[in-house]
Amino acid sequence: MSVLVVMEQSRLAWHRMSWEALAAGQQMGPALGIPVAAAVLGHGAAALAGELGGKKLDKVYHVEHELLDHYTADAYTVALAELVDMAKPSMVLFPHTYRVRDFAPRLATRLGGLLVSDVLRIEVKDGAAVAVRQMFQGKLNADYRAAGGGTQYISIQAGAYRAEHVEAGSAEVEVLTPALEAAQIRIKVEEPFRESARAVDLTAADLIVSAGRGIKEQENLSLIQELAAAMGAEVAASRPICDNGWLPMDRQVGSSGQTVAPKVYFAVGISGAIQHLVGMKGSKCVVAINKDPNAPIFEVADYGIVGDLFEVVPALIEEIKKAKG
Amino acid sequence: MKILVAIKQVPSRDSQLKVSSSGRWMEDADLSAEINEPDAYALEEALQLKEKHGGEVVALCAGPARASQTIREALAKGADRAVHVEEEDLGRFDLLGVAQLLAKAAAEVKPDLILTGLQSDDLGYGQTGVILAELLGLPHSTIIMQVEKTEAGIRVKRELEDGWFQHMTMPLPAVLTIQSGINKLRYATLMGIKKAKTKEVKQLSADGLGVTAAPKVSLERVYMPQRAKQTTLLPGTAKEQAAKLAEILKFEVRVL
Ligand SMILES: Cc1cc2nc3c(=O)[nH]c(=O)nc-3n(C[C@H](O)[C@H](O)[C@H](O)COP(=O)(O)OP(=O)(O)OC[C@H]3O[C@@H](n4cnc5c(N)ncnc54)[C@H](O)[C@@H]3O)c2cc1C
Ligand SMILES: Nc1ncnc2c1ncn2[C@@H]1O[C@H](COP(=O)(O)O)[C@@H](O)[C@H]1O
Repeated sequence: MSVLVVMEQSRLAWHRMSWEALAAGQQMGPALGIPVAAAVLGHGAAALAGELGGKKLDKVYHVEHELLDHYTADAYTVALAELVDMAKPSMVLFPHTYRVRDFAPRLATRLGGLLVSDVLRIEVKDGAAVAVRQMFQGKLNADYRAAGGGTQYISIQAGAYRAEHVEAGSAEVEVLTPALEAAQIRIKVEEPFRESARAVDLTAADLIVSAGRGIKEQENLSLIQELAAAMGAEVAASRPICDNGWLPMDRQVGSSGQTVAPKVYFAVGISGAIQHLVGMKGSKCVVAINKDPNAPIFEVADYGIVGDLFEVVPALIEEIKKAKG
Repeated sequence: MKILVAIKQVPSRDSQLKVSSSGRWMEDADLSAEINEPDAYALEEALQLKEKHGGEVVALCAGPARASQTIREALAKGADRAVHVEEEDLGRFDLLGVAQLLAKAAAEVKPDLILTGLQSDDLGYGQTGVILAELLGLPHSTIIMQVEKTEAGIRVKRELEDGWFQHMTMPLPAVLTIQSGINKLRYATLMGIKKAKTKEVKQLSADGLGVTAAPKVSLERVYMPQRAKQTTLLPGTAKEQAAKLAEILKFEVRVL
């Protein structure tokens, strides 16, 4: 019985969400009364394993293999299946990163388990863990409990736990070399790349007016552009607007777009799905305009207008012009 | 190339959700329904691959009888035939159970390529395609933004975080989960809608596929989240709200 936190690194640099998952693990151990271990996979990752050895953990696993030098789902599944078989944790925690999305469902299935993905928090009720996750793009929450007795697999949503809560301490590092062979890896990966340089750098913008699907038609974007012009702001958007080709991809805010932190971020007709929120949560002030009072965007908004954007935005443009004099 | 596309019917995006009396699901009887958005992109990708390389597109859907509406739409857009695992209460299966239904049905079709959406708009697990790959013993990749056929298999473009991408190659058969925005969606034509009526929809059942519900994870409760943050909601008419906001922007936030 233990909690095992699977950390994520690329090119020997930590994924920041790993620390959030580790913080979750360090809370779950005492809550369930069981030890906590963490694992790092890679090639030449001894320094990272050493860093984990300086955290409050009962054990650190350093899974070392040259075939883990870069990520493939096949290699990670084989290596982690071996680790879980050996360490026999009762709960395995992951950060809900794009990589974890890629391999963790496969790993859990191979080991006869099932991953509860993108979890907001884990509560302990009657000695058992209840994982809380969102549904319907954040409109509803749902509680999940393990039905059988096997290992629980849980991935932790970005920002759900705080990296600064990770406690220091010391732990022994155990090196494990999994029985991994090149023939088990069916996928050949190429070097990661960025699309041509971004034409706009939203990260430097002080003011951003961002449009979501509530805008309905491409033509209506002119309303957003007018508001932005009145404010002296940059125009941005949620993903569906860029998917439709209504605005170029480099105006997209979110986990697959830019991460912005302006003085004011206007979310107009944006519901506030987590993949959007991670890209704008750091804004100093968030103003949300949405007709649905239950839209998750109001969770992060400082000021909210519940109403029809087609009435509110024209009125706002006028008032801003007036206020500017 | 024979391509299987998993499509799911989900409540429409602007549905007003109400938790049902059981506390475990929504009152969904009178919600309108639509195809899960990424699945529409997956279907489009399959149709484009077929147009380039020939072959067949088979749509696969597990869900209640009313899901046949979504299946018909896929056929109208150009899918050649469909498989419907008809199950009135999919909620008695967990995610793994649903993936097992889809895997059994997929095994009968024997596709060269399986496409799913990367995530469902209702449950949002983001896992079904990957589990399907493991159950079928196939290689997979997720969050795909481009698919090219090569001599030896396929080369795909995977989306990474923060605007990064990566190409990778793999042999067929394989499973890909498709990200929204990979292509431009087509509309069904009148001709397509007419033709769809004559296309084959094979009906399968959980019993027939030999899958029994044995959940590993149980969904205990569904509820409206408690909002933690105190948002200052601006009252009044649109004009009053706008005036108040302009005042706040000028005197409190000081950006005007
Ligand atoms: C791996 C992955 C990566 C992703 N990356 C990103 C990303 O980088 N950025 C991103 O934004 N999304 C991303 N998404 C998609 C994300 O999950 C959501 O689907 C998306 O953010 C929803 O966009 P939206 O809020 O504009 O649309 P919707 O969720 O459809 O919301 C529209 C909103 O408009 C409101 N509305 C409608 N009409 C009006 C009106 N007349 N007046 C006022 N309000 C109105 C509605 O109440 C609703 O809240 C990603 C998803 C995945 C799975
Ligand atoms: N009942 C279903 N029928 C057909 N496809 C499904 C079903 N459930 C999930 N899928 C597919 O799996 C993808 C991911 O779903 P999920 O794992 O629930 O986020 C969806 O985009 C669909 O392509």
